[in-house]
Amino acid sequence: MSGRILVVDDDAHVRRFLRTVLAGHGHPVIEASSVAEAIATAIAETPDVILLDLGLPDGDGLQVVRALRPASRVPIIVLSARGQEGDKVAALDAGADDYLTKPFGAGELMARIRVARRHVVDAGGDADAILTVGPIRIDPPRHEVSVEGVLVKLTPIEFKILAALAAQPGRVLTHRQLVRAVWGGSPVDQSHTLRVHVATLRRKLEREPARPRYLVTEAGVGYRLRDD
Amino acid sequence: MSDRDAGRPDPDQLLAQVQAEAARATRARLKIFFGAAPGVGKTYTMLEAAHRAVSEGVDLVVGVVETHGRGGTAALVEGLPLLSRRRIEHRGVMLDELDLEAAIARAPAVILVDELAHTNAPGTRHVKRWQDVIELLEAGISVWTTLNVQHVESLGDVVQQITGVKVRETVPDAVLERADDVELVDLSPEDLLERLAEGKVYLPEQAARASESFFSRGNLLALRELALRRVAERVDVEVLAYRREHGIAIPWPTRDRILVCVGSGPGSERLVRATKRIAEGLRAPWSAATVEVIGAPPPADSDRIRLAEHLRLVESLGGAVVRLRGHRVPTALLEHAQAHNVTRLVVGKPTHGRWRDRLRGSLLDDLIRGSGPIELHVIAPVEQARSPRPQAQRVAARPWRYSVAVAAITAVTALGLATFGFISLADITMLYLIAIMLAALGGRGPALVAATLAVIAFDLAFVPPRFTFAVSDTQHLLTFAVMFASGLAISTLMGRLRAQERDATERERRTAALLAFTREVSSATDASEVAVVATQHLEDGLDAAAAVLLPESPAAGNDRDAGAGLVAVAGLMPLAGRESTVARWAFEHRKPAGHGTDTLPGSRVLAIPLLDGDRAVGVLAVQRRKDAGPFDADQIHLIDALARQTTLALTRVILADQAKDAALRANTEELRSSLLSSVSHDLRTPLAVITGAATSLRDDGDRLTPLARHELVSTIVDDARRLERVLGNLLQLTRVETGLQPTREWVPAEEVVGAALSRLEEAIGDQAMVVDVASDVMLWLDPVLFEQVLINLIENALKHGRPPYEIRIAREAAEVVIAVADRGPGLGAPAARLFEKFVRASSAPGAGLGLAVVRAIVVAHGGTVTATARPGGGAVFTVRIPAGTAPVVGDA
Repeated sequence: MSGRILVVDDDAHVRRFLRTVLAGHGHPVIEASSVAEAIATAIAETPDVILLDLGLPDGDGLQVVRALRPASRVPIIVLSARGQEGDKVAALDAGADDYLTKPFGAGELMARIRVARRHVVDAGGDADAILTVGPIRIDPPRHEVSVEGVLVKLTPIEFKILAALAAQPGRVLTHRQLVRAVWGGSPVDQSHTLRVHVATLRRKLEREPARPRYLVTEAGVGYRLRDD
Repeated sequence: MSDRDAGRPDPDQLLAQVQAEAARATRARLKIFFGAAPGVGKTYTMLEAAHRAVSEGVDLVVGVVETHGRGGTAALVEGLPLLSRRRIEHRGVMLDELDLEAAIARAPAVILVDELAHTNAPGTRHVKRWQDVIELLEAGISVWTTLNVQHVESLGDVVQQITGVKVRETVPDAVLERADDVELVDLSPEDLLERLAEGKVYLPEQAARASESFFSRGNLLALRELALRRVAERVDVEVLAYRREHGIAIPWPTRDRILVCVGSGPGSERLVRATKRIAEGLRAPWSAATVEVIGAPPPADSDRIRLAEHLRLVESLGGAVVRLRGHRVPTALLEHAQAHNVTRLVVGKPTHGRWRDRLRGSLLDDLIRGSGPIELHVIAPVEQARSPRPQAQRVAARPWRYSVAVAAITAVTALGLATFGFISLADITMLYLIAIMLAALGGRGPALVAATLAVIAFDLAFVPPRFTFAVSDTQHLLTFAVMFASGLAISTLMGRLRAQERDATERERRTAALLAFTREVSSATDASEVAVVATQHLEDGLDAAAAVLLPESPAAGNDRDAGAGLVAVAGLMPLAGRESTVARWAFEHRKPAGHGTDTLPGSRVLAIPLLDGDRAVGVLAVQRRKDAGPFDADQIHLIDALARQTTLALTRVILADQAKDAALRANTEELRSSLLSSVSHDLRTPLAVITGAATSLRDDGDRLTPLARHELVSTIVDDARRLERVLGNLLQLTRVETGLQPTREWVPAEEVVGAALSRLEEAIGDQAMVVDVASDVMLWLDPVLFEQVLINLIENALKHGRPPYEIRIAREAAEVVIAVADRGPGLGAPAARLFEKFVRASSAPGAGLGLAVVRAIVVAHGGTVTATARPGGGAVFTVRIPAGTAPVVGDA
């Protein structure tokens, strides 16, 4: 289970910290400090997870994502500062799996790595399999959703949103990814509509919709269905 | 003021004296070699002195020295460093002139410039050489020069009386007074005449013409006395100054103030010079007044030009010019004199006959009667020749008015003939009078024509014997006279009325224009707006191209060496080359230049410096159309008035800018210092904690109990978060304050609150938090920025308040109200101050930035935020933002 992790960051201190934490959890660590080095290493060493800093001396971390996708399905977790929501969304839309806002805790980091690796394993799974996230149980073939055993009635759009998020629990989906999943790549900016549907969905799933436990908002980025 | 004070020098005077001393120490010196007549050896003496100076190592060059082919002088010039001359061709003759630019560029310590009174060739910068000298002095170069007594402006008429030669090349007295040294080069008339006989004296052209009379022994004696007296006067002044410097009491001269009445008559010139001499004798300030009589017909051009010359003479002699307006000359003069504490009034002796005084009243009589304590000086003109009467500009009556005259008389004659026998001759006379009056409305010409025609027609057609010019009854001769007289009287009255009316309208138009300008210019908020308004009004009022030029930086007006460029801020006229030189010169020397002035008069541009006290704030430039003549008095009036108003407006704008800058600087300064103290405290404290805890773990990790280790690690984590919060707020604030525009979207209120609460999950823990958000409220905002607003407000409540906390969002009319409340001690600082940067409740940690960020973001969203005490204890922070209309979402 302890996969090799490629750490891409130009700051030696960050690399040292990540190396220490990851090694402590039994992950062998490979390091790179530039876009070119990152791409070369990712292709040569085929790591199991990539932790990618967005601001690199010779370019943008986004270039690394674009170079590796879609040929490689290696999970990429983007590391970025607050205030760079646009960059995060771009990286996610380009195929990055998740993001972490600096500064982050070790626990958070390990959780994200776990989630990202699980999706790779699950990728070939059955689309009709029953999904469970916390008290929420989703039965795709029957279009049925229950919370704590009680059936809730969802509109088709709400169901599609929930299904998309539940397919990769714990992973953030951008507005655009969700809109594509629900309306099929509609060119119109549907994020406003999406928000309204998420709000109604949340009211059906959460006990306190203004303090959601499962269907959480990542401001400026998208939504995540938390499964811990 | 007590008697003791009277002996003490006036503080202002003392200050002026100290300043003058300081200026003298640094400024360039002017030395004049002064003589009574050509040929006394001024140039020779000057050159000898130059040789001595050069041998003492003084950096001296010869700018211009006229040797006039005299061997001795020419030999003396040799061996002295020479500045190249400027050669100018004028009417086929090559003229050598002082090269002013080269002299300033060479910047010697001393430059020799011979013949101060010389008139420069056309095409040079200044009309007169003394202007070159002033400019050299201003450039910090000391000047040695020569001058004959007959060229001193105020002595011009005395010299003319002595020698009979009218001196045209004059130097203002102010230049002579400006001299630091005046060295009298004296030669007895006998020696001079001997040298003249030997052919050693070069004669200037006008002196050559009159050499016999000019170089008579009597003349030379008189001139020598004049020169000696002039130098002696100077010495007198120097002695006075010395005594004052050394505190030696002198009787204070009474504070005299002299006013001279100047008109367009040729006698005025002498009046002005005489006044100057009186003023000098009394060491009193003086001014010259000219009175424009309201309702009088406009003066002819030639009179206007002469008056302007007289006023220029006043200025060149150091007097002030006052333009008065009034219904009568004596009243206007006396009113001004009394208002300005004038002690002596100088007027000319009347040159007209006594009968005119009887008819029109005598100026002199009125002045004598009304002058009260003011002394009256009556001065005779040079020649007893009668001054030409001021020519009134006659407005020619239009031809159709004559037709009216003819038609009226014809009609009356026809009517008279038709009714002849029914009405009396007297009635017919009355009819004619009416016709004459009618015609007189058209002016004097038509009135005379009508009167003449009436007399002829009346005589021919009605006066017996009829149809002849013979008059049987002498009574009718009186009738004819009355007809003429009434025609004349009415037309004169009409003319005067019309002139008054014209004058009134003209004045009203001018006042209205000025008023409009003042109003417009006072609403201008920056210098370029002022410039635009001024340019527009000048161009409208003068039918000429105008421009306002301002220094590149407003402070440059103080510092002539700053080399700041003048920039045309407004105006169509592109000032290039020569024109821009004119403007620059006017700006730097704070004097008008160009068209119609003594400096660069060949230019078509008139440049007027905009003076705020001693400081030029800009230049107003006006360019005449190609074929237009000089500006007339009214136009000069307008330009002056506009220049004054423009200066006021510019000064106001500049001051306002400076005040704004100062306030901004003070603000920035204050902010910077509080930022420094705050940052140094709030960034260092958590860093200190982290460093301490971490080093303790590294160095003593083995000796610590697991509990202590855990405690230290928690401390590190907590303080790292604290650090992040401070930095995050600082960054956010900087971003919003530097103009980051919110990227707005429609977001459910619930979602915004939810996002904020999930980020604060750990901090809130299990404390009671009531969240009451109306489910249908949509917010038009930047979700990322606004999340920060809620996080900061909730953190603020967590930090300063106690549970239960409450978050409420509801729509109220056109606003959405977001309230975050707590049950705590209430507000720790005045509510309004809470949202300032770096203000915090005294006890709490944190940089006091959180609420400043809240306000900045809310304001960027067009909303407001307030803090109030909460009924029942605690505080409530209320954010209001415009609700807007959310788009409808279909259910599909």
